Amino acid sequence: MRDVAIIGAGVTKFGELWDKSFRALGIEAGIKAMSDANLSGNEIDGIFIGNMSAGQFIKQKHIDALIADYTGMATNHIPATRVEAGGASGGVAFRQAVMAVASGMHDVVMVGGAEKMTDMDDVSINSVLDATADAEWEAGMGVTFAGLHAMIANRMIHDGIATREEIASFSVNSHFHGALNPNAQFRKAITLDTVLKSGPTATPLGMFDCAPISDGAAGLVLCPLEDAKKYTDSYVKVSAVAQASDTLALFQRPDITTYQATVEAAKRAYEQAGITAQDIDVAEVHDTYTVTGIMALQDLGFYKRGEAGKAVLNEECHFDSGKIAINTSGGLKARGHPIGATGVAQIVEIVEQLRGSADKRQVENAKYGLAQNTGGTGSAVTVSILEAM
Amino acid sequence: MSSVAREWREVPGRYNLKGTKCANCGTIYFPRRDFCPKCRRAGIGKIEEYDICRTGEVYTYSIVYDAPAMCDMIKPYAVVMVRTDDGVMIAGQLVDVDLEKVAIGMRVRAVMRKLSTDGESGIIRYGYKFVPAE
Ligand SMILES: [Zn+2]
Repeated sequence: MRDVAIIGAGVTKFGELWDKSFRALGIEAGIKAMSDANLSGNEIDGIFIGNMSAGQFIKQKHIDALIADYTGMATNHIPATRVEAGGASGGVAFRQAVMAVASGMHDVVMVGGAEKMTDMDDVSINSVLDATADAEWEAGMGVTFAGLHAMIANRMIHDGIATREEIASFSVNSHFHGALNPNAQFRKAITLDTVLKSGPTATPLGMFDCAPISDGAAGLVLCPLEDAKKYTDSYVKVSAVAQASDTLALFQRPDITTYQATVEAAKRAYEQAGITAQDIDVAEVHDTYTVTGIMALQDLGFYKRGEAGKAVLNEECHFDSGKIAINTSGGLKARGHPIGATGVAQIVEIVEQLRGSADKRQVENAKYGLAQNTGGTGSAVTVSILEAM
Repeated sequence: MSSVAREWREVPGRYNLKGTKCANCGTIYFPRRDFCPKCRRAGIGKIEEYDICRTGEVYTYSIVYDAPAMCDMIKPYAVVMVRTDDGVMIAGQLVDVDLEKVAIGMRVRAVMRKLSTDGESGIIRYGYKFVPAE
């Protein structure tokens, strides 16, 4: 297996982008990534796209063909593959692309992630989201996606793993960073009180505990590490890409206050990279809901069970805290969550941090960065580790 | 959800809490599994029908305000995970209850109720919901 490098990264602004189509967003991210890698376009020999539900959101299936066509790659007839793994679609697409280059099957691969959600009405959007849980035995019984996460939160509070205030503080951390990211959907810092007093979605969680509905796209270019210098001086190494699965339905797990798929994927990723959780300087974790952000910090081994919430509430996760900086992009909550784009955008943020191009939210001397991307209620999780070169 | 066959197929589980039990390792499954994840090949041919216990206690809950999945539910409403008295976890709604009083540890039992009416096809879906046991 060959070592793999990321030589280009690009992301669109995330938000309710009424004036931009799915195609326009996908192309914008692709062009940014390609230009960042100093490519002419002809070098690319494969495309992997993370997309969850374009078939429902914009009634367009066959996204692989659409992206290949509109990025101009179809004239070269290069293979394009669309990947769906719920909220982890982007992370899984990234892993497929890394494997393609590592194996020697491909040399220069484009990874895209895109979702256009706001062409659909809110009620219909939520039923699409509910279907990433068990459509028959959770959503079909009236147990919504928000309801599932709220039940995790209530059990965590009951078991003394985190308080309501600690869980809510994850949103404050995300918004603190979102304010520093020009591409974020929400660019305004908020207080704990705002989260606690926001209208309820599913108790104990309120509106400010939930990632928004967003449009957006992100792109990356990968090549063998040994070739990276041919294209650019600012590249990063992919030190690990791990993936793990779990039951589709949350209620079928022995413990709902941890995502075993995160624990397993993290273990495999640290082994691949030859490092431990304590070596990570900056991480993007999947905060679809505040509670999943808190769980991720514990499941990734950054904090012991019961300690993550306290750390976030104490503002230890800020980019300039000197500890592991968490969700410097603003996370899903503030940067936005165009589902298929999220896993790829997380990698883009880590690339920016490791190259030292994260501007106002730059973590000093970041060497190792990690991204954790989750599908459903932890039924599919990817953990990727990147290293500064 | 729209086809009659899709609804009819799940009737035993949804109406009567019919699950399965692996005779090889004793694990009870709900919804039914015809392949035991613990025994895998060793469990083939050893999966039996099993009636899940209809009483249990609330393991966790939430009061849902934002509920598009079941559009004819009156909001807010309670959702729960219930650990049945035979140790099986089930997710569903808790009805006929004062929402203020829903709590972890509360005793409940499963009853059959209307789940939803499918707008386009007009199919009425029935299935289990939980109610306070007393
Ligand atoms: Zn068995």
